[in-house]
Amino acid sequence: MTSEAADFELLLRRALAPVDPPADLSERLETTLASLTELAADELEAWELGAMRDPRNWARPAAAAVVGTTAGAALVLVRARRRNQRRSRGGFDVLALAERTVRDVAEEARRLFDDSQRPR
Amino acid sequence: MEPSKPKARLDAEFSDLYRAHLRDVYSYSYYRVGNHHDAEDLTEQTFLQAYRHFERAQRESDGRPLRPWLIRIAHNLAANYYRDRARRPQTPIEDASILSATHDTETLVEGRDELRRILDGVAELPDDRREALIMRFALGMDNREIARAMGRTDGATKVLLHRATKQLEEIVRKREETPR
Repeated sequence: MTSEAADFELLLRRALAPVDPPADLSERLETTLASLTELAADELEAWELGAMRDPRNWARPAAAAVVGTTAGAALVLVRARRRNQRRSRGGFDVLALAERTVRDVAEEARRLFDDSQRPR
Repeated sequence: MEPSKPKARLDAEFSDLYRAHLRDVYSYSYYRVGNHHDAEDLTEQTFLQAYRHFERAQRESDGRPLRPWLIRIAHNLAANYYRDRARRPQTPIEDASILSATHDTETLVEGRDELRRILDGVAELPDDRREALIMRFALGMDNREIARAMGRTDGATKVLLHRATKQLEEIVRKREETPR
């Protein structure tokens, strides 16, 4: 390598210096990952076959099955939370926010379920 | 077929992977999308996807490092991000905070204009060349790791990096000759 090329690489290294993630991102991600591992485990433990006879009990264990060892549940919560954070910057209505959150979670769960059904 | 590992052990190993490579994934995302907000989203989604497929990746990696796999996830998510939102990558240098956020004062005083020209030039490169340079210089990945992250051979990656550097040099030289 010529010294000119080496100098240019040195400049490139300086220009593309590594970027530290913001501290709140690290905290948020660690919390999300921790909660999702707990969530999946708890939901699966609560899956009692006897309760499956009643269709009213299907939603939660089915969701846990979709989650399994995946990040599905956390993804749902993170995305729904993010949307609400963005909306809440514009104005605040507790009831409307709750309704939207329920809709968002249902929509995300549906998307993840569709995704999990696709052949790999 | 290898039996599954206990979940607690998998989670602990994923946690190690996360701690070791959070900065890499964030740096890649940042230089790829050009702003902190989207880089945070991309980093978050990358680790959630990685968690989802971690066990299989470990099995298939045969003990090789998983950093290229992580960066490949970020690469795919970034591609979707642009496709979904019909956006082009922003030029990192457009954001006034970038140079001051990633470079110390001494470096900035010494060569702010030069670094700015290089970052502008990086943003002008074709996607594959830009990515290869980000992986090499921001993340310090070697040819083999970059090849795995980009799904190319080692030889093709070496050529890609060489061409990317040459093209960037040419862009920067032209910018130096053409005052704004």
